[in-house]
Amino acid sequence: RVTGLGLGPSSGNLVVVVVQLELVTVRDALNQAMDEELERDERVFLLGEEVAQYDGAYKVSRGLWKKYGDKRIIDTPISEMGFAGIAVGAAMAGLRPICEFMTFNFSMQAIDQVINSAAKTYYMSAGLQPVPIVFRGPNGASAGVAAQHSQCFAAWYSHCPGLKVLSPWSAEDAKGLLKSAIRDDNPVVVLENELMYGVAFELSDEAQSKDFVIPIGKAKIERPGNHVTLVAHSRMVGFCLDAAAVLAKEGVECEVINLRTIRPLDTDTIEASIMKTNHLISVEGGWPQFGVGAEICARIMEGPAFNYLDAPAIRVTGVDIPMPYAKILEDNSVPQIKDIIFSVKKTLNM
Amino acid sequence: MSLKHPTGLISLVSQSNQSVICVTLNSIVLVQVVRLVCRYGLVCFHVSSGGYKCVCVCVCVCVCVCVCARARALFSAAGQKVRGGGMGGSRVVVASRTYADFTPQATFDIKKCDLHKLEEGPPLQAVLTREEGLQYYRTMQVMRRMELKADQLYKQKIIRGFCHLYDGQEACAVGIESGINRTDHLITAYRAHGYTLTRGGTVREIMAELTGRRGGIAKGKGGSMHMYAKHFYGGNGIVGAQVPLGAGVALACKYQGKNELCVCLYGDGAANQGQIFETYNMAALWKLPCIFICENNKYGMGTSVERAAASTDYYKRGDFIPGLRVDGMDILCVREATKFAAEHCRSGKGPILMELQTYRYHGHSMSDPGISYRTREEIQEVRSKSDPISLLKDRMISNNMASVEELKEIDVEVRKEIEDAAQFATTDPEPPLEDLCNHIFSNEPPMEVRGTNPWAKLKSIS
Repeated sequence: RVTGLGLGPSSGNLVVVVVQLELVTVRDALNQAMDEELERDERVFLLGEEVAQYDGAYKVSRGLWKKYGDKRIIDTPISEMGFAGIAVGAAMAGLRPICEFMTFNFSMQAIDQVINSAAKTYYMSAGLQPVPIVFRGPNGASAGVAAQHSQCFAAWYSHCPGLKVLSPWSAEDAKGLLKSAIRDDNPVVVLENELMYGVAFELSDEAQSKDFVIPIGKAKIERPGNHVTLVAHSRMVGFCLDAAAVLAKEGVECEVINLRTIRPLDTDTIEASIMKTNHLISVEGGWPQFGVGAEICARIMEGPAFNYLDAPAIRVTGVDIPMPYAKILEDNSVPQIKDIIFSVKKTLNM
Repeated sequence: MSLKHPTGLISLVSQSNQSVICVTLNSIVLVQVVRLVCRYGLVCFHVSSGGYKCVCVCVCVCVCVCVCARARALFSAAGQKVRGGGMGGSRVVVASRTYADFTPQATFDIKKCDLHKLEEGPPLQAVLTREEGLQYYRTMQVMRRMELKADQLYKQKIIRGFCHLYDGQEACAVGIESGINRTDHLITAYRAHGYTLTRGGTVREIMAELTGRRGGIAKGKGGSMHMYAKHFYGGNGIVGAQVPLGAGVALACKYQGKNELCVCLYGDGAANQGQIFETYNMAALWKLPCIFICENNKYGMGTSVERAAASTDYYKRGDFIPGLRVDGMDILCVREATKFAAEHCRSGKGPILMELQTYRYHGHSMSDPGISYRTREEIQEVRSKSDPISLLKDRMISNNMASVEELKEIDVEVRKEIEDAAQFATTDPEPPLEDLCNHIFSNEPPMEVRGTNPWAKLKSIS
């Protein structure tokens, strides 16, 4: 808890302002979200590798098995296709599973169950069979885990109708979005980020409430600005804010939009922003081809905001290569703050 | 050919050259002699006038006496189904056969099941009541005729895309359903029309789904492989994917503590899928109430079991999961095995595996003639020796549990039901275009869906 002390507006007055802020890591926010939803609805349960007795491979589910036991926190064998299918079947039969993939790279083993068994079923059954399931886990680049463990799946999952795809950045995002996902009656993919797990954020009073949910499909303007719109999701939101801080010193005010939801994409917020700033840069950790930024640019072209662009909309993305191991190579495979700054200046012709 | 004697006492059934003679006290008119083998195996000669009177004589005296003692008339017009000679209107009084004359139930010997990791198997005898028999017969006949009608409609291009027909395997679906409760759960693969029926779907809505109309069980949105009903999870197009799903349903059953189980079906082709072995492991580990059933119809599409599996003992492939191999053409065998398996699950022992040895008359799907990888003779042999409907029918007739006429009446009713359903399925309108984008999400406010071009903004409601 942080208590703030502030100086009042008129001289001579000392105003003590007590601000209740909680500093919570993204990991703990996710943990709180699951704990609260497990408590709230007995149909909710968690399954995945190491989620129970190990407290979670990344400790996201720490303490949950101790509190809720074997029935609700289930350790699975290393059988992604099998346990993802089991989770989907349980959802069809009335439960509300949270299916954890140790990383989304392993979800490829199970992707048929996510797409064909979960995402499409409500449609194929013309509304007879809902599938209230959450697939969650870390997504995208980590640190030194190399090519097979570093892929970003935002574009792949967001391609498919019938799925909702969320990508939280802050602790508030993590908590509110995961709670919404668990309460949603549809298949939701929650793409977390391993490097963000340990980062602490302030959680407002509101966000600390057990009923705090963030609506799915709504982006958040993290930092207002007038000169250029930066759209990002997950870890890149932080990079954009850092770049914006540097650029502000040079008089460039960036508007940073945190997508929060990749599917459905909040095109309205992006368009409104472009109509104000006239410049768009999307920033993502994933590969450029057919990526999140590609979709954003296509939509802007097709919509009313196109006429407001003073320069082509561009994308800042991960380098189009499998992720290398050596630190210097890895560092240069994902966008850095300097890349964002560079792109802003190019777009603004500075 | 069968003749309905007004007293109903002599019902003559035969498969080929037949003739029968019945003698009654009334009159004798000789015109046409047809030789029949009556169901008592006796040679009889039927003499019909082409008019309304006829003479029947049974060689067996005791039967004759029985008949004669009760006979008051010859043939009723309604009961007349004489091959080669209709018997016009009869002036005679019809004394119809009462139910009291049928055997109410009988016990049948059934084949012993091969067992894997089981001390005992299902019983070697099954009791069948007349009511059950008639119900099984009817359901299997509906299933058979429904599939054949689908074949017809497909060839007329009224059904499109995939159509995997179930004829030949009826004893499996009907036998399984008779061994579980309606509150239990079931999931299968794409050869699903039969199960949709046993799980509560009507022929009308199944056929209308095949023809892609709004009256279809999935409003035309799913098609042949995606039909759903209460406690029935389809209809699944991806081979093998339904197996983990079924175990998940079983997990929900156990979680919710309602003493329900899940029957989880797959074929001999799917049996080699990795996810099935992952599922075996988890189901056994967590003791899920799941009956895995492998419908072995000897061919996975065009590949025979010998060419696909290093071990064709599918009932053993569960390894640590007990298994049994069942004659899938005998509905009583299937039923008893299912009851046995259900008991196993409900007693908390965990999953069990059943292999049903069965056969499909059609090819893999309507685009497969089904004769490039097997011979016509093989198909014909199964049809004549092991047809599930014939097996049941013979059992019932030879044990005096039903009459040939009665079953024929059922056939007529079934035919009509299928015709009506086909009529509906071909005349019901297609789904409205407004329905195109609906049912993407459950419990969701209306949303917009992008159409084929940026200006096409389509509406989607839950």
